[in-house]
Amino acid sequence: MLPFFCPSLFLLLHLGLLYGSKYISQRCDVQRTRLYSAHKTAGAKFVEFFGWEMPIEYTGIIQEHMAVRKKAGLFDVSHMGEIVISGNQALDFVQYLTPNNAAHLDANKAQYSALTTPQGTFVDDLLVYYLDENAYLLVVNAANTDKDFQWILSHKQGFDVEVQNKSEDYTQMALQGPGANKILQPLTAIDLAEMSGFAVERGSVEGVEAIVSRTGYTGEDGFEIYTLAQNPQKIWDAILEEGKTYGLQPIGLGARDTLRLEARLMLYGNDIDESTTVLEAGMRWLVKFKKGDFLGRESLLKQKEEGVRRKIVGFELLEKGIARPHYPVFIENEKISEVRSGSFSPFFQKSIGLTYLPVDFTEIGTECAIDIRGKRVKAKVVPTPFYKKEEKQ
Amino acid sequence: MYPDDFYYSKDHEWLRIDGENATVGITDFAQKQLGDVVYVELPQPGAQLEFHQSLGVIESVKAVSDIYSPISGEIMEINEELNESPELINEDPHDKGWIVRIKVKNETELENLMSASEYEKFLEGLED
Repeated sequence: MLPFFCPSLFLLLHLGLLYGSKYISQRCDVQRTRLYSAHKTAGAKFVEFFGWEMPIEYTGIIQEHMAVRKKAGLFDVSHMGEIVISGNQALDFVQYLTPNNAAHLDANKAQYSALTTPQGTFVDDLLVYYLDENAYLLVVNAANTDKDFQWILSHKQGFDVEVQNKSEDYTQMALQGPGANKILQPLTAIDLAEMSGFAVERGSVEGVEAIVSRTGYTGEDGFEIYTLAQNPQKIWDAILEEGKTYGLQPIGLGARDTLRLEARLMLYGNDIDESTTVLEAGMRWLVKFKKGDFLGRESLLKQKEEGVRRKIVGFELLEKGIARPHYPVFIENEKISEVRSGSFSPFFQKSIGLTYLPVDFTEIGTECAIDIRGKRVKAKVVPTPFYKKEEKQ
Repeated sequence: MYPDDFYYSKDHEWLRIDGENATVGITDFAQKQLGDVVYVELPQPGAQLEFHQSLGVIESVKAVSDIYSPISGEIMEINEELNESPELINEDPHDKGWIVRIKVKNETELENLMSASEYEKFLEGLED
């Protein structure tokens, strides 16, 4: 992953393009993934994303978004961070850092969880993979890799563990969409049909050693593929080739964001952060109070008993316009919150978003207003996920 | 690519003189930078604009961008079709994707703008 000269943000700013803050970082030591040249050849438009030069779109966000919903899409998500915790007390340490129960993990099961503060808020959200009896892989957000690594190191005292940041070693791809299973199966001996949600298998894909899990960030069926190999493009190219007949295409971070929002999958920095608790974010299900002590347990238990004061909800605009992150949210003429994630939804062709509202106002159908450049635009609370894939026949 | 009889601004608007009026849109370069346009906030006909004043807003899936008036004058007409089909800006930025017609107040302001060849050079400079 070679450093290269940081492109000026002049162009974007000159055009007055107010990309969400997550698309603009001050860092100039930008990294490229091992698949960079494949993206370049495919005509990707790039964006700097927390120190990584990543494809934001190839053919256009709306077209790519619909391709994943109807057919299949392949994402390079190698910017995600990978942190390995190993040693005699690896499990104990993971249990201490995260609210979900990592004792349920084995070589064939991954888990969604979080790194929590003592206040029960998010340092990050993540996936936990069992590597072996004494080693776990945490897959974290690119934006937080360094922060998480330092956080984990700062809590390891008293645990017989080693912590390594392996982010630059892993290439991660996501194959998502209704065609994912059929496209991947010819390339691997792993029996994909046997894999349920969050199942994990080790094997080779197009002859390259990889970890394959039935996970994703789009609301569709699909797989995430991790490899430490030096030639990950072999997998990338083989999947694209195999997928041709299914309408598979490479997908950028732009559609990844709209896909995950429709599926109400949280984005760190937008929907969850160090000021929002796991319970406020509607993730009671991942907090396992009975498993023993963990960071944030006391605070979350107290919040559970007292009840949360605010909750994350989905909304849609009832009038024209697009709600964007940080736009003020009003109820009965009082500014009550702000938009967390907000975007045009390519699937529903309307503006959707997430915000935290006081529990009294979280009922479906509650009317609110979003302040868009000084104008109040009507919105209402709607059920989430906005999008749910059709169940298999 | 860029019509010779248009004028161009550094903010990537184009302007075409049609008699007393100027038709204004955004350039092909600008629409490519924005990506899929999904909403255009248009001004009211009759509104008076100063040179470089914001006359509206274009939103793509990922970006919000002001449209700056490349000339002073009164809004005579807006492209109502953009309300229903904002994608016209992507599909045909220099023609069907026009945004407003402005009654030109002061023709000397055209001197602030670039010719097609100057604009193309300007774009080359940006891409370095």
